Amino acid sequence: MKAVWLFRKDWQSELRTRYAINALAMFILVTISVILFSVGTEKITDYLTGGLFWVVMFFSAMSGLSRAFVSEEERGTTMTLQLIAAPSTIFNGKLIFNLILVFLMNIAITILFSMLFESFVIKNQLLFFGTLFLGNIGIAISSTIIAAIISKASAKGTLYPVLSFPILLPLILTLLELTKFAMDGKSIEESLVEVAVLVCYDVIMLTASYLLFDFIWKE
Amino acid sequence: MSDYLLKLDNVTKTFGRRLIFKDLNYTFTSGKVYGIAGPNGSGKSTLVKIMSGLISSTSGKVIHMLGEKTITPEQLHNYMGFLSPYLFLYDEFSAEENLQYFAHIRGVRYDDEKVKQLLEEFNLYDRRNDLLKEYSSGMKQRIKLLFALIHKPYLLILDEPTSNLDNEGKDKFYQIIKDEARLNLAIIASNEESDLALCDEIIYLKNYKAEKN
Repeated sequence: MKAVWLFRKDWQSELRTRYAINALAMFILVTISVILFSVGTEKITDYLTGGLFWVVMFFSAMSGLSRAFVSEEERGTTMTLQLIAAPSTIFNGKLIFNLILVFLMNIAITILFSMLFESFVIKNQLLFFGTLFLGNIGIAISSTIIAAIISKASAKGTLYPVLSFPILLPLILTLLELTKFAMDGKSIEESLVEVAVLVCYDVIMLTASYLLFDFIWKE
Repeated sequence: MSDYLLKLDNVTKTFGRRLIFKDLNYTFTSGKVYGIAGPNGSGKSTLVKIMSGLISSTSGKVIHMLGEKTITPEQLHNYMGFLSPYLFLYDEFSAEENLQYFAHIRGVRYDDEKVKQLLEEFNLYDRRNDLLKEYSSGMKQRIKLLFALIHKPYLLILDEPTSNLDNEGKDKFYQIIKDEARLNLAIIASNEESDLALCDEIIYLKNYKAEKN
């Protein structure tokens, strides 16, 4: 419950300040517009559309998800949080916040891609939405722990995507593969290995995050 | 009266090669107000941060005990109230919202009556729904004091508690500390004479050592 209250505090704060929501919304609109303008009347393949979908997802996550910890550091409220809750409560609260943001962001991107790209056709929707669900969890966990790491650094904006890229790369590659399978209409049984990789990635990142967070959070 | 004990056991702190203090040993017990004084840069704020678990000592131990029970660093936030000039609350929330969120995140009951009483004592009740960004620095300091007191802690660690407070605010603060000290343990880091006048024991940090007054 304590983590849920921390999430409520962050959500209320976000609704009043609109740091992350505005950054995410603008980034999604700008990137999709740029893709549309650059494609023009050219016909692009469905695989390429699937790839672009995850490129927009990755960079949108980079633009907004670091706010969970960076905003606390910038406002000087990190110490306040250290004084009111155990590190695991803080991590859980921030993770819930990032999960909600990633899911909202992903729903918006999926709707926009379905509306604007003819080649974005998903034949196995169950596999696609399952992939999206597990992928979102992986992105949220990784983004949260990386945000905690970079929040103490001076060059936060640069460090976040640089540090995120190698950590998120195995996840993004698996997501690309599964999106391709979903577009081809492959069954879940045929994609079990990739789905297992996704689940393992989420479990490993979550475990590593809980183990690391105490050290990151304490000065 | 509570039976809280805070013990410094050979506590040393360095920042890089710069020594702040070395082998501090001291035991703080309930029912007293302790003062920590010393020239600028002597390590007063660093020492209170180490005591409160916000930063680690380079060597040595800080032990917190309530009776026979040892308080772990993960539990400390529910036993301790802390105030510092480096502490910031959420400007986008009102005073009452700040206090409500802090209580819920701490996992303690939000006591409406106690909050109302303290807000009234600090002349903030009528402004309780205003956003903190509209507060003056003195009013923010009063809210920070409430932040330290609201969960009824056994240990109060206060770094420069009366900075930005007017005379009325200081008098109110001194009264609260006198009341608290009868029940709990209070430690004040300050060089203000009026703050130190409250203290039963004063420790001076000088030349990397602590000297009892």
